[in-house]
Amino acid sequence: MTTTAPETQTVRTYKAHAHPAWRRVLVTREAAVIALLVIVIATAIASVPNFDSPLTVTYLLRDLAPILLIALPMTLIIITEEIDLSVASIVGLTSVMTGILTQAGWPFAIAAITAILVGTVAGFINGFLVTVVGLPSLAVTIGTLALFRGIAVGLLGTTAITEFPEYWTDLAKDNIPGTPIPGIMVPFAVLAIAFALVLHFTPFGRSLYAIGLNKEAAAFSGIDVGRTKFLLFMVSGTVSGFAGVYFTLLYSNARGDNATGMELSVIAAVLLGGVSIFGGRGALHGVIAGVLLIGTLGSALRLAGVTSDIINVITGVLLVLSVVSASFLAWLRSRRISAIGRKKGRSSTAPEPI
Amino acid sequence: MFNHDRTRRHAGATFTALALGAALVLTGCAAGGNGGGDDAGDGGDANLAITFLPKNLGNPYFDTSNAGGEEAIEEFGGTFAEVGPSEASPTSQVTFIQTAAQQGVGGLVVSANDPEAICDALNEARDAGVKVVTFDSDTNAECRDLFINQATAEGIAKSQIDLISEQIGDEGQIAILSASANATNQNAWIELMEEELAANHPNIELVETVYGDDDDQTSFDKTAALLQTYPDLKGIISPTTVGIAAAARYLSTSEYKGQVALTGLGTPNQMREYVEDGTVTAFALWNPADLGYLAAYATKALIEGEITGEEGDSFEAGKLGEYEVGADGVVLLGDPFVFNADNIGDFDF
Repeated sequence: MTTTAPETQTVRTYKAHAHPAWRRVLVTREAAVIALLVIVIATAIASVPNFDSPLTVTYLLRDLAPILLIALPMTLIIITEEIDLSVASIVGLTSVMTGILTQAGWPFAIAAITAILVGTVAGFINGFLVTVVGLPSLAVTIGTLALFRGIAVGLLGTTAITEFPEYWTDLAKDNIPGTPIPGIMVPFAVLAIAFALVLHFTPFGRSLYAIGLNKEAAAFSGIDVGRTKFLLFMVSGTVSGFAGVYFTLLYSNARGDNATGMELSVIAAVLLGGVSIFGGRGALHGVIAGVLLIGTLGSALRLAGVTSDIINVITGVLLVLSVVSASFLAWLRSRRISAIGRKKGRSSTAPEPI
Repeated sequence: MFNHDRTRRHAGATFTALALGAALVLTGCAAGGNGGGDDAGDGGDANLAITFLPKNLGNPYFDTSNAGGEEAIEEFGGTFAEVGPSEASPTSQVTFIQTAAQQGVGGLVVSANDPEAICDALNEARDAGVKVVTFDSDTNAECRDLFINQATAEGIAKSQIDLISEQIGDEGQIAILSASANATNQNAWIELMEEELAANHPNIELVETVYGDDDDQTSFDKTAALLQTYPDLKGIISPTTVGIAAAARYLSTSEYKGQVALTGLGTPNQMREYVEDGTVTAFALWNPADLGYLAAYATKALIEGEITGEEGDSFEAGKLGEYEVGADGVVLLGDPFVFNADNIGDFDF
């Protein structure tokens, strides 16, 4: 999938290696997000009262866990230049399924697994419509966003199921013994490592970038684009289902309107984490840092007594700035590059960042 | 091209980092300053920092109740804070409860969006030493220390019947315009109203209960249908804020204006024009300002250890007088408040 001719478009593949290793690791969007996260945490510890308590870590990670979980498959989907807007509705649907089946007397473990399978089926429907029928994922998942939410609310109405076995609700809430870190971080860590290995260290993972950059080229180089995307939507549904079960246990509450609007939190964090909405670019560590950044910032600002509206404004400005400043600087650079390009014919000795 | 992509993004993110870091430092410092002030201002050993957490912010009802709470807290020299989500979703209050626990406030006054979803968070806050009082909308009894109940079902039913019987001369046909057919609270009230009618008002006949589904247009149409079906109808009770406003809108433009009495549960802002133009004489609701005021005093009594939330405990609530804790840790505000042309100008919610 690459050629060596530096003038062609595929020069991008080699550009990453035109710099020394330290620079490839540190001068990236991901590193910038991580640096920003560190700055926010350090500032908050220094200036926000009560931020440095172990409770902060527990509460923050516990509440962010569903977003962290769903961000994993969402990253993969956005890298292939698709999107899944129905994830929060799948959380709601699987939450309701967990509740209904538990209420019907099923053992909780069986109810939870069935609910997760319902998530898989929801993902299957998305995947089928996107890849087999060939509709754009934006349209499909806007439709299923309403569809799954509608089914969830329809099944339970405005009532809520709140009786769950204490063993399981405690399991969802308890910390890893001796640490302030909630237990849900264990399955999350396992999944995160698995997703990272698949995305960054397997041919399958590389094929996602190829699809995102140019799906015709990917198809001609032997990648089954349809099957790959189908699989991703099903994984997305499954992980959303798992998040739905966790969400239900965390709040001891199965309701149709659980997690309403969470898809936007997930997508915002994924984009902030450096994944390109146009596909073909992004890394998981950036996404995880992006989720933590938005969450930590919100937590610190709330502790500092900032109202939720202002927090939304700050988060929104952060996202817009990260996109706008990138585009603006790109425009500036493209002018400079074209000037240099006229003189030298190539741009591999591009100057330092502006 | 991609190389530039990389570096420009880095620069962009760095710029954002700086801006954001600055914002955080500023807000953080401001908050730190406030925190210091709080500690100094407390004076006594009891932590009278009380946070109000309504269902959502920007809601005139809660603005009124929280203003009542702030008034009370100023009276006894505590620190008032108000936080809340922008949307009243079941779990959106959890992060604010957690924040209050982290801040180590003395008391938290909550109107629960969901009786169960915030339960664990409230109990964690209580474990951290925060006194939890619910008002307006309760959680399960084991998740809070006290519930300030605005009105009992009996009190509401009785006030509605008293108002309508007064307005129609204790005689004639009446109808009820309710919300939805399966709304638990509505049905409980209607049942109690029927009992009250049977027991004390034998000359009033309840001809029909119709359901407007808390939808403005449906309620409007149902009112029109009621008046056509029962030409002798003398009064309508609508114990739902949407229903009473829609019925008043219909009556005010119809020939029945002034002929057919209308009462129910409504808010002053919705009903103001109909009270002023004579369509409605009086309607009921509780006074949210008093509710917030009482909740603040109850929280203070809990923080100072004056009461523990046991049945029979009693405490002083400033201008409202003395209150006693009932079964299940419930404190009742009192009878519903009647709004009429004389007092409606004093309220804005």
